[in-house]
Amino acid sequence: MELFEAIILSVLAASTPLLIAATGELVTERAGVLNLGVEGMMIVGAACGFGGALLTGSTTVGAICGIAAGTALSLVFALMTLGLAVNQVATGLALTILGIGLSGLIGAGFVGERITPAPQLYIPGLTDIPVLGRILFGEDGFVYASLLMVVGVWLFLYRTRSGLIIRAVGDNHVSAHALGYPVLKIRLGAVMFGGACAGLAGAYLPLAYTPFFVPGMTAGRGWIALALVVFSSWRPGRLVIGAYLFGAVTILQLHAQGWGVGIPSQFMSALPYLATVIVLVLISRARAGGSTAPAALGTVFVPDR
Amino acid sequence: MLLVLEKRAEQSNTVALASPLIAICLTIVTMSILFAILDKNPISALGVYFIDPLTDGYSLQEIAVKAAPLVMIGIGLSLCYLANVWNIGAEGQLLAGAVAGSWLAVKTQGTDAGAWVLPTMLLMGAVAGALYALIPALCKVRFGASEILTSLMLVYVADLFLDYLVRGPWRDPAGFNFPTTAKFDPVATVPALIEGGRLHLGVVIALIVVAGAAVLLGRTIKGFEIRVVGAASRAARFGGFKSNRVILLTFAISGALAGLAGIIEVAGPVGHLQPGISPGYGFTAIIVAFLGRLNPMGILIAGLFLALTFIGGEQAQIAMKIPLDVTKVLQGLLLFYVLACDSLILYRFRLISPSPKAHHGVV
Repeated sequence: MELFEAIILSVLAASTPLLIAATGELVTERAGVLNLGVEGMMIVGAACGFGGALLTGSTTVGAICGIAAGTALSLVFALMTLGLAVNQVATGLALTILGIGLSGLIGAGFVGERITPAPQLYIPGLTDIPVLGRILFGEDGFVYASLLMVVGVWLFLYRTRSGLIIRAVGDNHVSAHALGYPVLKIRLGAVMFGGACAGLAGAYLPLAYTPFFVPGMTAGRGWIALALVVFSSWRPGRLVIGAYLFGAVTILQLHAQGWGVGIPSQFMSALPYLATVIVLVLISRARAGGSTAPAALGTVFVPDR
Repeated sequence: MLLVLEKRAEQSNTVALASPLIAICLTIVTMSILFAILDKNPISALGVYFIDPLTDGYSLQEIAVKAAPLVMIGIGLSLCYLANVWNIGAEGQLLAGAVAGSWLAVKTQGTDAGAWVLPTMLLMGAVAGALYALIPALCKVRFGASEILTSLMLVYVADLFLDYLVRGPWRDPAGFNFPTTAKFDPVATVPALIEGGRLHLGVVIALIVVAGAAVLLGRTIKGFEIRVVGAASRAARFGGFKSNRVILLTFAISGALAGLAGIIEVAGPVGHLQPGISPGYGFTAIIVAFLGRLNPMGILIAGLFLALTFIGGEQAQIAMKIPLDVTKVLQGLLLFYVLACDSLILYRFRLISPSPKAHHGVV
């Protein structure tokens, strides 16, 4: 049972950054903007988050630094794609290339340093319940925050007027503009939320997942988060399922390596990436014909006056 | 007063020509600021980056050697981007080509295999790269899966597979446990153009690829088809062009070129298969393609320029202890500026005074 508990705990930890980043990107894409720079914003968020925590000794400051870094990069993206009407795919790629370089530069001095990992919740009595206690009441704050965020985003998108407007902008920016909604401002907000989430997701890695910083430590998680948004059909609820499934694949392959299944470790490590490809194919096939993507996703909008 | 973006009636040819130059200037200005922040003298740092490599023969040859894979891959990617499909997994296709070609080099090692080995290796590299690129292309055409995500995911898979080979079955028994194959035999090595020099056959192949692409895009129906499918897929359908076939073709060509670049890199400058054979050529080539305006000649020049930043970056690290990551930042910034300047080909800025009416729509 202890192994079961350990596996569930590590699955939750592995899934959380994916869930946070994907939730942010989901909102961005719901507003019709495809930001492929998630990986870049995450890795800079990781470097800045670790730096903040290292200097102050506080996880919260680290998380805020990560959020700030992610938001700052998303502003660059917004300036390009919303302000200058540049192709979103190309700009997202540029953001990732720039982010990887920046994080190496910022994090160069952090390699080899260690910090105290984010504290875990402890409620006397509840956390001590065998097996389920630690899983339900003994996580770090990020895990709870990520789930709250998904609920919040769901409520916002489907139960508020602002959420409806965001979805309208993402589905048909010309009509939304004609109705008088400030399409570009709304998209700016959505892009910044996506950036903040990506930065936080990146910061989670050195703050809670492993208590140190390694260059390139996001290892494609930003891209997997992008795939998860497709997997979820742009619905927050399915995002949770997808993120936990991917977390499970990541952790199971790690354990399988430990058990010495006899399969080379590199093949096991490739599993999450292969799983992403397979899932994308299956989900796209199942939807053949009727796409569920926001109709205006990835298209440039220049208001005519 | 309000600054707004406005579509130009016609594309501006002046901006189209000036845009890469403006982008390079803006990058250099930003870099000087970054050098100042890093507490390095901007003038001497820029000198080490952009001037010093041009002043000695060895560095000049090294620029051509580094530019060869960038140009080859950049040409392939430009075909994809012209067709409006996004192959961003060239790095994986490069590794696939490197692995496939190396297989023959490893298998014929120490035998008396003749001069057929190298040409066959190059062919195998190109074919493997093409096949590896066809995976995301087929997923896109058959199932509608995003080629962006699948092609990128396959980079990690190829990287791990190469890692497995050189740590496992292909590891050099006499290599002190380093993850590398044994050094390739002379028949499995890309020959140098001049004895003792750095220039090798790959540089010539890159030039042939540029010429080939110029002919394909400028003089053939196929090239026209690629452009039309990318620019106006509906019009292409009316014209009888099959966009799915264009997607498969452009992915196959770009994969083949990346695979070829990969095996040339392994059988040439590196000389054996090991992890880290490419300093991200597949990703930098994306920048090359855009900086070169998706035009073969432009890509040749852009490839040389980005090769210069690689060499300059290495020399700046040795001479001034400037971190290598600065090169990546420089390359990322360059892509940003190119894209931003390109926007001004289609749009222009106009100052308007906002009228109160414009702010209240019909709600």
